[in-house]
Amino acid sequence: MTNHWVDIKNANVIVIMGGNAAEAHPCGFKWVTEAKAHNKARLIVVDPRFTRSAAVSDYYAPIRPGSDIAFLGGMINYLLTHDKIQHEYVRKYSDATFLVHGDYDFGDGLFSGYDEEKRSYDKTSWSYQKGADGFVLTDETLQNPRCVFNLMKQHYSRYTPEMVSRITGTPKEQFLKVCEMIAETAAPNKTTTFLYALGWTQHSVGSQNIRTMAMIQILLGNMGMAGGGINALRGHSNIQGLTDLGLLSNMLPGYLTLAGEKEQDFAAFLDKRALKPLRPGQMSYWQNYPKFHVSLMKSWYGDAATRENNWCYDWLPKLDKVYDVLQVFELMHQGKMNGYFAQGFNPLASFPDKAKIGAALARLKYLVVIDPLATETSEFWKNFGEFNDVDPSGIQTEVFRLPSTCFAEEEGSLVSSSRVLQWHYKGADAPGEARNDAEIMAGLFLRLREMYRQEGGAFPDAILGTTWPYRIPESPSPEELARELNGKALTDLVDPKDPAKVLAKAGEQLGSFALLRDDGSTASGCWIFSGSWTQAGNLMARRDNADPSGLGNTPDWAYAWPANRRIIYNRASCDPSGKPWDPKRKVIAWNAKEGKWLGMDVPDMRPDAAPEENVGPFIMNPEGVARLFAVDKMAEGPFPEHYEPFETPIDTNPLHPRVVSNPAARVFKGDMDAFGKAAEFPYVGTTYRLTEHFHYWTKHAKLNAILQPEQFVEIGEDLARAKGISAGDRIKVSSNRGHIVAVAVVTKRIRMLDVDGRKVHTVGIPIHWGFKGVARNGYLANTLTPFVGDANTQTPEFKSFLVNIEKA
Amino acid sequence: MALQTLDIQRRSATTTPSPGVRQTTEVAKLIDISKCIGCKACQTACMEWNDIRDEVGSNAGTYDNPRDLTENSWTVMRYSEVEVEQGKLEWLIRKDGCMHCADPGCLKACPSPGAIIQHGNGIVDFQQANCIGCGYCIAGCPFNVPRISRKDNKAYKCTLCSDRVGVGMEPACVKTCPTGAIVFGSKTDMIQHAEARIVDLKERGYAKAGLYDPQGVGGTHVMYVLQHADQPELYHGLPRDPAISPMVSLWKGVTKPLMSLGLGLVALAGFFHYVTVGPNEVGDEEEEV
Amino acid sequence: MQVSRRQFFKICAAGVSSSSLAVMGFSPGTALAQAREYKLSRATETRNTCPYCSVGCGILMYSLGDRSKNAKSEIIHIEGDPDHPVNRGTLCPKGAGLLDFVHSPNRLQYPEVREAGASEWKRISWDDALARIARHMKADRDKNFVARTDDGLTVNRWLTTGFLAASAASNESGYLTHKVVRNLGMLAVDNQARV
Repeated sequence: MTNHWVDIKNANVIVIMGGNAAEAHPCGFKWVTEAKAHNKARLIVVDPRFTRSAAVSDYYAPIRPGSDIAFLGGMINYLLTHDKIQHEYVRKYSDATFLVHGDYDFGDGLFSGYDEEKRSYDKTSWSYQKGADGFVLTDETLQNPRCVFNLMKQHYSRYTPEMVSRITGTPKEQFLKVCEMIAETAAPNKTTTFLYALGWTQHSVGSQNIRTMAMIQILLGNMGMAGGGINALRGHSNIQGLTDLGLLSNMLPGYLTLAGEKEQDFAAFLDKRALKPLRPGQMSYWQNYPKFHVSLMKSWYGDAATRENNWCYDWLPKLDKVYDVLQVFELMHQGKMNGYFAQGFNPLASFPDKAKIGAALARLKYLVVIDPLATETSEFWKNFGEFNDVDPSGIQTEVFRLPSTCFAEEEGSLVSSSRVLQWHYKGADAPGEARNDAEIMAGLFLRLREMYRQEGGAFPDAILGTTWPYRIPESPSPEELARELNGKALTDLVDPKDPAKVLAKAGEQLGSFALLRDDGSTASGCWIFSGSWTQAGNLMARRDNADPSGLGNTPDWAYAWPANRRIIYNRASCDPSGKPWDPKRKVIAWNAKEGKWLGMDVPDMRPDAAPEENVGPFIMNPEGVARLFAVDKMAEGPFPEHYEPFETPIDTNPLHPRVVSNPAARVFKGDMDAFGKAAEFPYVGTTYRLTEHFHYWTKHAKLNAILQPEQFVEIGEDLARAKGISAGDRIKVSSNRGHIVAVAVVTKRIRMLDVDGRKVHTVGIPIHWGFKGVARNGYLANTLTPFVGDANTQTPEFKSFLVNIEKA
Repeated sequence: MALQTLDIQRRSATTTPSPGVRQTTEVAKLIDISKCIGCKACQTACMEWNDIRDEVGSNAGTYDNPRDLTENSWTVMRYSEVEVEQGKLEWLIRKDGCMHCADPGCLKACPSPGAIIQHGNGIVDFQQANCIGCGYCIAGCPFNVPRISRKDNKAYKCTLCSDRVGVGMEPACVKTCPTGAIVFGSKTDMIQHAEARIVDLKERGYAKAGLYDPQGVGGTHVMYVLQHADQPELYHGLPRDPAISPMVSLWKGVTKPLMSLGLGLVALAGFFHYVTVGPNEVGDEEEEV
Repeated sequence: MQVSRRQFFKICAAGVSSSSLAVMGFSPGTALAQAREYKLSRATETRNTCPYCSVGCGILMYSLGDRSKNAKSEIIHIEGDPDHPVNRGTLCPKGAGLLDFVHSPNRLQYPEVREAGASEWKRISWDDALARIARHMKADRDKNFVARTDDGLTVNRWLTTGFLAASAASNESGYLTHKVVRNLGMLAVDNQARV
């Protein structure tokens, strides 16, 4: 989230689309009810189902799964044609005025530079025009046809209300009503906030769903405002933290990235990431990249990392491609992987096409499951009748199952969706012999290190060279690790402006990432966490819940990254002269007398950057402003375009029938054949979560099993009638990859929609059951889902695929 | 006048008057259905706090689970899909459970001394130690709330967490409610809160929004804010004008004193049987009926 | 309704008699009622964060015993932390049910192995488990580690073993996990953020 949970109460309009906050995040959703109660806010829900969020909404509109870009693109068109945008914001704080490369083009579903063979783009033309000074050319009058604003206008002019309705199935009047409600917040003193989650990410166009909304937020002038922003409601208690810590194939902690194998030159590696400003006077904060990277290397390798050896650059593995989970399971399925670890993760249930996942695991030599609970993955080799029909004797995988502690039995910090790092304490011992994850990792690492020390082996350097400065090496403590994450001074850090002043003495914890250096004099395990455990102690354990501004900011509650900033991009909450767009929700403001930005939050700006300096509010972008035109950042185009799900119920794309689905999405051989067609599988299947359960965990908790004991699917009354199905009947749901059997819930809440002249029915498939747990056993819902992901993140398309149903 | 005062104001089947000098504040729980997301957090917190666990049941084609109140489920969500206005779907979700009537039919009907009590703050509580499992409370309840346990043949229902309220806390369901659909305080404050909510709902187009605090049972200490107060039946059959069954009133008002006299001698034998052997066992074969 | 009709009338008999006896002054002393007792008066309170979604609700865990030497702590109740600025004491059905996650009958107690082709688990010691896993890792890594590509690029990667990291683990555990797996040369690393 750019903003935070409590800040939702400051919104005027709240849109829940691509998510279901009331069910998935009930306690965060309370701030929606607070906005309604105290800010007269209106809640809009756009969803294929009338969810429990919709039950308390002011306005609900149905939509076909997988058509969100059409809806949001239509909204952009509405805002532009009805002139409902925040003009000054768009002109000053976005790239609307930037001129685009002459070769950039879009036609018939494809952007310029497409290579059909490779299913990817040459993105050269997806760029800005630059002047002789190296800076981007702009047109402040917005008259130039090649400026981003006009290209955007042209791009979305095709998304007429009629076209939107034809693609999405949303009745035209309902679509327009939503547009009207949102358009009102183009006023500088009004905000909309969008709450989304997996309903937007789990599509082959997931990232672009979110980008389209982000563009709307820019057009409305809502970024940086209290009650605005882009608010991804993250799914797990520390999924934000693990993302921050770079536990992804291609990442390092703090959104630093691993090098590709072609990046053999360290200086060039850093240079490419230390982005130079694209406009004069811009901060382009990533210019500090080398400081963050070198400090990480010092944290990992200590004295072994020197300037001479490029801070051990060679020790880091280099990528030939991204090894996301779909890629990894594809390789595993081909028999190219030997070992796999699932730490608190249940891939047999979580990744698409369960049959393929199970077959892949069966080809491993060894599988290690580290979990507090007995997961399906740990017993993928066991026969559970119809739910997991396998022959153990034919599966040669050696499986280890290691018991780990759960939250109640351990200490440490978690990062909430609000980017707040919160410390927690141990309440009791774990059952039996369960051990903490850190202890288990230490146990493995120390054994391996000893083996390499004694026996040698492949490239032992990094293994032997990794720092391990923990008092009890077998059990590194949360305090030690938290301090390492924050970072410390390795030598006395002298103020560059005043050599007599020491900013931090050698060995001291650093107060912020502003102190990090690229000369090896600082160490920090994750630069964005720097400031969380300083000389003042553990700031993550702070418990002052005072809210001095009344806007819900609680600056002394725990610690928010970055720099304890609660609303990022908050410079954009002020007009170019430094005055808040809305005085009633002042986040920060320029104080000319003191010559600084002051307010309830830590300014997202150089504290003394006077408005006249024209430093743009989006300091992480080299442009200094927000990008309506994504340049080369996205795989499938600089402007989001509607592409059909890979399994589409209408067999075409009404905008461009020749390019139906995402032309840049990666599809493995074999998986393309496993896609079903509407003739055989006429209904849209969509998977989701229920408020009573959390993924596949709470089926192990009796209280939750009582609340929703048995697997079910939801269908609309029309479909039920057509198929002769009554509520409570058992029905079989099949896709081209398998089938499940579940109880039918027949409901008015799922409507049949008219899409491109066809009647489209949706089949709702909650995911929470499996063959382990205290709830009734059921099928893993991913038995049905297709093995294809978003073109940028490879997040699987769980939200829209094709199924058929029949009475079981 | 603390909210937590647990002076006992009335006991079932007891003629000894309760002390009545201390004036205690009436408490109330207000359930705002327009804010309820039907998440069942209240059901969970209720089971967790009270150390009860219902059976892991099955799905009968609805979201309602457990399907009905039981001795282990003192509150359940009732889901109703309605179209009050043509084409405008509403999903009305009502938290069902004891209403803690000011004039409790269960207490009036209860023949066992001290098995049902009413605290000065309005909470109606069952004291299982004194319950004989006769089921009169079920007949006496206009909301069909109490349930007899098959395990111990005693009646159970929501206590309004009198143990929590007694130490100055709010009931478990109130505390947990993520959206603030359930609030708790003095009855006066709750009525005021409801009035503000009704103004908001009217402004949002619910012209008939109103408070459900039925006078037929003397008002209740669990009240609802309804979007359609003119049609309480929409909310899974919430009774329009609940009242204590005339049979119970008759039994308590006129018949009972007369019958008592007549029954006295006959019953002595039964009484001694009861206190020495205990209540009648419930045979397994009967449970199948 | 839990009581069958027949049963109802049958059990009524005892009720009628005792009720009437009470009226006549036979009311037994035990019939006096009393308030319910609050169960947490001296239980130990520990602050924690809900491990489910990322609202990050504050929770209060109550355990038996006051942490004195001879008392073994056991979590007996969990409710919301009223001081927490986001949840303000509330918990959703998942959070409100945390007690049954902590005490789930499916909590793993000790390390186990399922040998190749076997149909059952076998309990093993931590030492054996870690030693065997480390041996597997080393064998695979030594055999398949790529220090250089055929065209001479230094890549130092190990692609044949992968790792999924737990997104309910703390930052500290997650960081240590990253430090370990990356320095073994793993690239097939992901967490729930990918899905």
